[in-house]
Amino acid sequence: MDINLFRQIITVAGLVCFVAIALWAYGRPAAGRFDEAAMQPINDDDLPHEQAGSK
Amino acid sequence: MQANSALEPQTGVETFNYRVVRQFSIMTVVWGIVGMLVGVIIAAQMAWPELNFGPYFHFGRLRPLHTNAVIFAFGGCALFATSYYVVQRTCGVRLISDKLAAFTFWGWQLVIVLAAITLPLGFTSGKEYAELEWPIDILITIVWVSYAIVFFGTIAKRTQKHIYVANWFYGAFILAVALLHIVNSMAVPVSMWKSYSVYAGAVDAMVQWWYGHNAVGFFLTAAFLGMMYYFVPKQAGRPVYSYRLSVVHFWALVFTYMWAGPHHLHYTALPDWTQSVGMTFSLILLAPSWGGMINGIMTLSGAWHKLRTDPILKFLITALSFYGMSTFEGPMMSIKTVNALSHYTDWTIGHVHSGALGWVAMISIGSIYYLIPRLFGREKMYSIKLIEAHFWMATLGVVLYIAAMWVSGVTQGLMWRATNADGTLTYAFIDSVKASYDYYYIRVLGGVLYLGGMFLMAYNMVRTIMQGKSVDAPIPALQHAHA
Repeated sequence: MDINLFRQIITVAGLVCFVAIALWAYGRPAAGRFDEAAMQPINDDDLPHEQAGSK
Repeated sequence: MQANSALEPQTGVETFNYRVVRQFSIMTVVWGIVGMLVGVIIAAQMAWPELNFGPYFHFGRLRPLHTNAVIFAFGGCALFATSYYVVQRTCGVRLISDKLAAFTFWGWQLVIVLAAITLPLGFTSGKEYAELEWPIDILITIVWVSYAIVFFGTIAKRTQKHIYVANWFYGAFILAVALLHIVNSMAVPVSMWKSYSVYAGAVDAMVQWWYGHNAVGFFLTAAFLGMMYYFVPKQAGRPVYSYRLSVVHFWALVFTYMWAGPHHLHYTALPDWTQSVGMTFSLILLAPSWGGMINGIMTLSGAWHKLRTDPILKFLITALSFYGMSTFEGPMMSIKTVNALSHYTDWTIGHVHSGALGWVAMISIGSIYYLIPRLFGREKMYSIKLIEAHFWMATLGVVLYIAAMWVSGVTQGLMWRATNADGTLTYAFIDSVKASYDYYYIRVLGGVLYLGGMFLMAYNMVRTIMQGKSVDAPIPALQHAHA
């Protein structure tokens, strides 16, 4: 295959991939998963509640 | 010091690996001070050229030491620390290998020490931000592959279904930096400390700036956005404003950044169409960059009052403001006609530091202030007032620095292009140097303020560590597998 044709195909494929991802992200099925994922770090309590050491 | 049994790592209870996070966090502050101190020294050398002593202490050799120390030592340690913390907390598992994680820490410190020795000695491959000679490049590759194994291995054994968005940014950074480093560092060694690039001429220049700009895009942007997507929501106590936007702007950044490199080579031997492609993609980059900034800042909607009292949040949100500013300035400077004025002047230095001190360093400082107490079993830092003082010193320092460089840069650009009616140049080069001196003094002042803030941070960190003790948090049962 001509190297330039290959480069063109890769470039167009990149654009198609991006558009597909954007459409998926704005679709309804993804929304529920996104809400769940966004809350994960918030629900994870990483604060030490009992202070180590003394003053 | 009274040991608290509840915090002791109990046998049978699985814990997170905080040890490697602690090591990298502490070294972030140490290398931050070293790197910024070298920065202040070379800024002083610009203002007072008498300070260039001998070959080892000369601007030409200290400048790459400064850039390597702040980007790869300070920034690198901050990224290792936060990525290891974030990947463990969001995946609900301990790092896949403690030994390999320890190897990445000691290996990375060795790289930094070797850089600090070889660069002043004059061993350099001459490629900006990739100056280190081939033996160190090989060591970097080994450490980096280990990092990738630890990071992706931990993701692979996660108990959480979803891979949180911050990990996507960290993952892209690890993969892209591996690719960039290996391709750009391809060289033919002629001796232990000398090698020549396998590329030649304009191709070499293009490979170098494909590397250079993607180092900005993936090391200094994507990775720190990963930091932002964890620590801003955590510190604000609210989920990210739009998770959907974070996914879309992640992929937009990934697909766009790779093309922007040629804007470093406007009006050079690089083919003109390539320059235009680089400029076009640089302009497109404004959209995904601002997507990230808006997403981060809007995470605070409904919690703006926290900004009044929480200096850590101030650091994080000010960082995002500087990110927005420099990602507006960058596309503008990539326009050929603007570049004709700005390139090779101090404007570029101002732009870089608006990104480096404003965005990269401030988001790292905020994140490290978040981490330190948690790593040492404390609820908060030793002194919140000192963080507040640090914040104002840093902000004032950046503003002085970048404002001085903008004025200096535009002055230089205008003087260099000024011609008389007969076509001769109005100014000699030395006239533009003389015109810059006042701004160089202001830059030193800005740098000293920023560095001073880092010393406050070091003191605050040491006092916090003295109050607490090293604690590896147990993996919460809720997140645990089969729970």
